[in-house]
Amino acid sequence: MDQGARGPKRVVVLGATSGMGRALARRMAARGDRLHVLGIGDDELARSVADLEIRAGVRSGSIGWSRCDLEKPETFAGALEEAERKLGGLDVVVVTAAMFAAQADLESDPKLTQRLLTIDFTNTVLFCEEAKRRLLARGGGTLCVFSSVAGERGRKPVALYGAAKAGLTRYLEAMDHKHHAEGLRVVTVKPGFVKTGMTAGLKPPPFAGEPEDVAARVMRAIDRGTPEVYAPVAWGPIMGVIRRLPRFVMRRVGF
Amino acid sequence: MRNGNGSGVSMIEGWGGIGVPGRELRSENLERVTERAVLSRGLGRSYGDSSLPPASVGEVVNTTLADRLLAFDEETGLMRAEAGLSLLALNRIFLPRGWFVPVTPGTQFVTLGGMVASDVHGKEHHVRGCFGEHVTRLKMRVADGRVLWCSDEQHQDLFRATIGGMGLTGHILEVEVRMMRIPTAWILQESRRVDDIDEFIARLKDASHRLPATMGWIDLLTRGKNMGRGTLMAGDFASADVAPKRFPKPLPRVTMPFELPSWTVDRWSVRAFNTAYYWKHLPREMHGIVHWETFFYPLDMIRHWNRMYGARGFTQYQCVLPDSAGPSAPRRLLEILTSRGGASMLCVIKNCGPEGKGILSFPMPGTSIALDIPVRDDTQQLVDALNEFVLREGGRIYLTKDQFTRPEHFRAMEPRLPKFQEIRAKWDPEQRIRSAQSVRLFGDKP
Repeated sequence: MDQGARGPKRVVVLGATSGMGRALARRMAARGDRLHVLGIGDDELARSVADLEIRAGVRSGSIGWSRCDLEKPETFAGALEEAERKLGGLDVVVVTAAMFAAQADLESDPKLTQRLLTIDFTNTVLFCEEAKRRLLARGGGTLCVFSSVAGERGRKPVALYGAAKAGLTRYLEAMDHKHHAEGLRVVTVKPGFVKTGMTAGLKPPPFAGEPEDVAARVMRAIDRGTPEVYAPVAWGPIMGVIRRLPRFVMRRVGF
Repeated sequence: MRNGNGSGVSMIEGWGGIGVPGRELRSENLERVTERAVLSRGLGRSYGDSSLPPASVGEVVNTTLADRLLAFDEETGLMRAEAGLSLLALNRIFLPRGWFVPVTPGTQFVTLGGMVASDVHGKEHHVRGCFGEHVTRLKMRVADGRVLWCSDEQHQDLFRATIGGMGLTGHILEVEVRMMRIPTAWILQESRRVDDIDEFIARLKDASHRLPATMGWIDLLTRGKNMGRGTLMAGDFASADVAPKRFPKPLPRVTMPFELPSWTVDRWSVRAFNTAYYWKHLPREMHGIVHWETFFYPLDMIRHWNRMYGARGFTQYQCVLPDSAGPSAPRRLLEILTSRGGASMLCVIKNCGPEGKGILSFPMPGTSIALDIPVRDDTQQLVDALNEFVLREGGRIYLTKDQFTRPEHFRAMEPRLPKFQEIRAKWDPEQRIRSAQSVRLFGDKP
């Protein structure tokens, strides 16, 4: 079970340039894991890689990066191929990249809705399929994907974003069942409100978390192969209640 | 991956607890988020209104998500990072590797950008000057929208006005600074009980000849003969042969969980606090190895210590009295405070060395005195009286701490202001970049 005890891992992170992905990548780099970073914007990638290298105290050039855009599925295979080659193998694939938009903006702009559903569901699934194939070909590994507590129940303020995340959560659950025996560990992360650039400008609710707390929890989940993790920790019990709320209550509350 | 700057009106406060309604724009991408902003702020540790937006704008960039290290040279110690990187993060990363910032303020909860904007000084000002002395380059977004580098070679006027310029010359995006090699992360400290303010002044000078970092804490409730008794601390990084072999463990922190009612900050509680602190130092002199956090950042151990001052908040009054004012000047300043019944939980006294390169930087050769003052109905009059004294003696105040100074006092004690304003006008003729403090003190448009 505990596959994390076997020393440094070879890790690919899609979304390490910002938010929770940045915090997680820093933590992994600092303990000696070998990273390859995927994302968009060459400058952003180069800056994030420099940050990781200095924090980890490794020489410049030891962390690689490749362009990979969740809006362009044709970039997935090439980016993962390059990562695998540079790392000399692959133990963990992490996906933290996603898109968020307010419900009102989505309702007034079908193009924006299509983009969000495509990025957060369809293309994330396509990326996971590509990553999964590569991990299975090596006899297994860990696929860690950031979904959201917004996918746990249908809720007014995040109807569309939540629907995409619900789909993603169910897909990941199915992958866990389907491939567990083949050695694939699927870790589904369900963050509650976390103070990152994505949620900047939204009013933080009580229990809003910091990316560093999420990163600590997620790293442990990756090491242990925990299939489902709420982060920060307070969201576990909160969602336990929310999941059980009867429909007539959900209708009333604005949560 | 995608950043949003939505709405959500709330309060923005300085560390003194006095705030304004407004909102903070946050993004990992400082270049984008500063495009139309009038001011940037970091962790909000400046005490007064220097990191608050003008009332008509109500919006300020918060830089703390932009915290990436971009370059570090192991040979020279030259380090470059985004402006929102905190000193806490910097210390956690670099102290174990034998590097330290060349100049540190009394808290780790500051950002690199804030350290430049305030041109922070430390216990070792007489040896190493201000932070700005060690800054080699700054990447800035200036008022006309351009992003550019400034240094002593390139746009020197902008560079020197930005160091200690309270964020009023543009948004600081990246900071390049030369870090300092240290033998170990432990501090060899000597401390002694001091009986009055005059002895303090003498001992500060004496200690500063022997050790780089010196400062004193003063109990302000004793009057007459004992006025200004307290504790003097001096130290330096310990060499490897005297320090413990292991790296210092993180110290436990406690949190001030809620605001104390204002009436607790009365004369009696302040007296009890100060007396306890004074007598904690039972032996007249102590020597020993201490943790770097204990030495440099004693108040960081109590999170939200500003809540101690209750809902009305507090202000800090920090001034520097030049050597020309004579050795009795600190005593006379403290007499003004105590004669007006002013209580101060915390009074810190330090030596200042020569002026730095920042055009509006605070320190000048002399003695710096910092006082925490709980806000009361007569706070304005008290600050006025202190300012009139400082003005007469040729001193000046620290803008990072200020909330109550009147513009006419500020102008009178700042002969350097016209020069600063001239450079500002060149880079920002429409006075776009401004703060609540610059509206109050510099006469910027509201």
